[in-house]
Amino acid sequence: MKKISLTCVECPLGCDITVELDGERVVSVAGNTCPRGEKYAKAEVVCPKRVLTTTVRLENGKMLPVKTNQPIEKSLTFNAMQRVSKVTVASPIKIGDVIVKDLYEGIDLVACANSD
Amino acid sequence: MKNYDIVIIGGGPAGLAAAVSAYDNGVKSILILERDECLGGILNQCIHNGFGLTRFKESMTGPEYAYKFIEEVQKRGIEVSLNTTVLSLTKDKVVTAINSQEGVTLIKAKAVILAMGCRERSRGALNVAGARVAGIYSAGTAQKYVNVKGYLPGKDVVILGSGDIGLIMARRMTLEGAKVHAVCEIMPHSSGLKRNIVQCLNDFDIPLYLSHTITRIDGDKRVTGVEISAVDSDKKPIKGSEKYIKCDTVLFSVGLIPENELSKEAGIRLSPKTKGAEVYQNRETDVSGIFACGNVLQVHDLVDFVSEESELAGKSASEYVLNGEAEKNAINCIAGANLSYVLPQRIDKNAGGSVTLFFRTSGVFKNCKITVQDGQKTLLEIKKRVAVPGEMERVNLTEDKIKSIVGELTVGLEEGV
Ligand SMILES: Cc1cc2nc3c(=O)[nH]c(=O)nc-3n(C[C@H](O)[C@H](O)[C@H](O)COP(=O)(O)OP(=O)(O)OC[C@H]3O[C@@H](n4cnc5c(N)ncnc54)[C@H](O)[C@@H]3O)c2cc1C
Ligand code: SF4
Repeated sequence: MKKISLTCVECPLGCDITVELDGERVVSVAGNTCPRGEKYAKAEVVCPKRVLTTTVRLENGKMLPVKTNQPIEKSLTFNAMQRVSKVTVASPIKIGDVIVKDLYEGIDLVACANSD
Repeated sequence: MKNYDIVIIGGGPAGLAAAVSAYDNGVKSILILERDECLGGILNQCIHNGFGLTRFKESMTGPEYAYKFIEEVQKRGIEVSLNTTVLSLTKDKVVTAINSQEGVTLIKAKAVILAMGCRERSRGALNVAGARVAGIYSAGTAQKYVNVKGYLPGKDVVILGSGDIGLIMARRMTLEGAKVHAVCEIMPHSSGLKRNIVQCLNDFDIPLYLSHTITRIDGDKRVTGVEISAVDSDKKPIKGSEKYIKCDTVLFSVGLIPENELSKEAGIRLSPKTKGAEVYQNRETDVSGIFACGNVLQVHDLVDFVSEESELAGKSASEYVLNGEAEKNAINCIAGANLSYVLPQRIDKNAGGSVTLFFRTSGVFKNCKITVQDGQKTLLEIKKRVAVPGEMERVNLTEDKIKSIVGELTVGLEEGV
């Protein structure tokens, strides 16, 4: 049995969570204040994922904030940054618009702001 | 001279939430003055996520959170003047504003809401030899360069101070291709949120040096390197602990202070502790009809609480406009042992309703007890497992308890319980 200590990053409270692992199997999760923490801890010990937030350049030279609409595997972070850095988009754009469809299978890059 | 019922100075999350709330409480003649070219305040450069979890149960980026409120302002047709800077404010609520189309305008308001936010502590805080070369930025300035202007201010970075903005910029600059060599924090604990230590530093193997500071910055025109040293419990550098790091950029993230030049000029009493106005529970300052909310009043950790506080200020301002000035029965509310401040600083016993007290502790305390006392008795005791200065605390006092207060109110923290 292995014990792993984690800090939940799902909200600013930052609960200290302990996960008990039997091989790959999660036996128990303790220390979380809410169910989000349990979900986070279970995923974190198997395959850590994060929502990526960054910017892309608009044709008018300004920057547009964007994010992945779901968390991506942490190990893909720099690969994603490289791909996103090549993207340029034209206005008008509405918040929520898809900027890159299927950045990774089923995960899109979406706009976080409007641009007219 | 133009006339409005309510003038709001600042169109960040505080100003926006105050405007919507004042409108919904019955005042329609409202003007928001914003010096930037768009609404949303500092949130426009905070492109990371984690906003709105308390309020919307959803993790949003800064611009997305701001947009929720901008939409509400637009839906109501509330008037906004962008690119307009407020130059001065008087006690009788005359606002002087300037923009390029109209030049200087005088605006008379029945009530004013201060929502100017805060600014970063200046470079003066960086009391280091050689701190006059290029390549030294505040973390917030660097954030604006990267996220709004799309330009990376440096490649090899050392960050002084572990405030949240510094942590967030450590990650952001790493993502954009810079190498962040170290984050130095003079205190034995980080001043940022734990989640930011994990997802901004640990995720990218960026070392955090606690009880460390920068003792020298080298460089002729541009920074070429820094010397960092461990510090003792008096924050004095320890000889022999020096370590040299080559870098071209130093970011400092050493805290925020409310932006209160206008408030001072209007003769509003400021708290030496929060550096914001002293207020009653309805967020009215000691100048009748002038209210304050958001970071101009107290530096919040979470924008969700800025919105909450600003809705209260907006509602109070609308009541002031509709019902006129109410007679107050004020008592003082004081920060006692181990607290750095308590807000509101005054409670009006005539106002009715419960009152939430906000405060920060002056250090890290474990197994402690928060006590609320008046001249004669203890009104409330709350045990806490941990309390840290980085997280704003709150306690609620019911109307009955408020009514029963004799003399002044003191909020304190007792250790070892
Ligand atoms: C870098 C950074 C990162 C943050 N990260 C998080 C986070 O992850 N999660 C979270 O919940 N919170 C976060 N916060 C906190 C949150 O952003 C703030 O609490 C919130 O933006 C404060 O709102 P405000 O309206 O009081 O101030 P601001 O957003 O600063 O708005 C003030 C507005 O007033 C305007 N103004 C000032 N003076 C004048 C004048 N004289 N005339 C006209 N206009 C004027 C300014 O231009 C500005 O638009 C962060 C803050 C910063 C600075
Ligand atoms: S467990 Fe819940 S309350 Fe604790 S940090 Fe995670 S999301 Fe926040």
